[in-house]
Amino acid sequence: MLSFIRSSIRDLLPIVFVIAFFQFAVLRQPFPNVDDLLVGVVFVVLGLTFFTRGLEQGLFPIGEAIAHGFARKGSLVWLLIFAFALGFGTTIAEPALIAIADEAAKVAAQAGAIESNEASMRNYARGLRVTVAFSVGVAIVVGVFRILKGWPLHYLIIGGYIGVVVITIFAPPEIIGIAYDSGGVTTSTVTVPMVTALGVGLATSIRGRNPLVDGFGLIAFASLTPMIFVMIYGMLI
Amino acid sequence: MDLFTGLAHTLYSTLHDVFPIVAVVIGFQVLVLRRPIPNLGKSLIGFVYVLIGLTLFLAGLERALFPLGKLMAYQLTSPTFLGGDPVSASGLVRWQDYGWVYVFAAALGFATTLAEPALIAVAVKAQSVSGGTVRVWGLRVAVALGVAIGITLGTYRIVTGTPLHYYIIAGYVIVVIQTVFAPRAIIPLAYDSGGVTTSTVTVPLVAALGLGLASTVPGRNVLIDGFGLIAFASLFPIITVMGYAQLSDWWSLRRKQRQASAKDDDN
Repeated sequence: MLSFIRSSIRDLLPIVFVIAFFQFAVLRQPFPNVDDLLVGVVFVVLGLTFFTRGLEQGLFPIGEAIAHGFARKGSLVWLLIFAFALGFGTTIAEPALIAIADEAAKVAAQAGAIESNEASMRNYARGLRVTVAFSVGVAIVVGVFRILKGWPLHYLIIGGYIGVVVITIFAPPEIIGIAYDSGGVTTSTVTVPMVTALGVGLATSIRGRNPLVDGFGLIAFASLTPMIFVMIYGMLI
Repeated sequence: MDLFTGLAHTLYSTLHDVFPIVAVVIGFQVLVLRRPIPNLGKSLIGFVYVLIGLTLFLAGLERALFPLGKLMAYQLTSPTFLGGDPVSASGLVRWQDYGWVYVFAAALGFATTLAEPALIAVAVKAQSVSGGTVRVWGLRVAVALGVAIGITLGTYRIVTGTPLHYYIIAGYVIVVIQTVFAPRAIIPLAYDSGGVTTSTVTVPLVAALGLGLASTVPGRNVLIDGFGLIAFASLFPIITVMGYAQLSDWWSLRRKQRQASAKDDDN
């Protein structure tokens, strides 16, 4: 446990240093609420320690066990359903996505794409969340299928980039910033280890697949498809 | 009291975040695969650790770093800090006046990425899978550098008000060219590192920086120009991670050549 705490402190030192430097040297102000600050930093260190511990003890083994289980059972349909459920289920409840969907509703209302009242903005935000969650589900399905087939990742991703560029031309300008950002925010701290364990586990248990070359790449899909789907959503509504 | 309500609130939202994953995983394991969960006790403790860890982590950030970081982002972008009127006589914004903002953006991007738990997870996995050729710290520093470059460029874009998609499309072109030349094995990891960089720690602080900047730079629209920093932060790590692999390949090639030529000299 002690070595975990030590590495957590090392991980967090840069932020503390940056904040302290700007506070004292650039803004030239003392720290407000020093007590809060100290308590917070202790929490953060302990939190990161527990998280990395739990990662290796809980999330990684379970994710890999599931991947091995599916590889042994050999049911493609169930595996793909699982992939979709994992992508959709983890994204729809993602706090960062909820926040960004609400912002997007404001933008749409301001631009006059939807009516500027509570109900239509809530509908718009919900629609957007479902769209992004659906797109992440699709992304994990495509990514898992790619691992099974052993297709090279970069053809698919570059194809996706071309899709993003083409749709950008037709998308309303006010949705572009949010669409591009939604690619980055969908993959949360719990989803990433789980999805990584799934990919690496699958690539390890299928003969002829290399875990480094074939196991990674699921996150890449999950951060690409939301951009395309959100821009399409913006075009349709 | 306030401490505990804060913790309880964070625990609730963390549960909200973790519950769907647990439900999907256990549902499929038990109902579809019909297998018991391996090392049930140990795994459960692991999940509880993750829950406690994330809760403390987020509550601590909420308490200490976020308020200060956000306040800082607003202060650094405020016209009073920038020395009066950053608009020149011609009415144009001079991007040179925002020097400290770029430095802050780079430092913040670098430091928050190093603390990002999701990136730690991927780096640990990558090191174990690659048999040590990909190093945890090498990967994390490469990604952090990418985020630093990305966010700095992103703040420059907000100050100048140029369209986001030009930058992103240019970034794509670089990624595609690098993909042709980069070592095959690193490509999937590099693509993944784009998505993992931006989560718990980076997003709130970076979003505050973007929105603060867009609301204080004259002529910028918060809702249109305030977004886009996350997109920068998820694109540039792809470039730096591939660059890191290309550089380390190139170095080891050069070392081999030098050793070979040293041998030739001996003969």
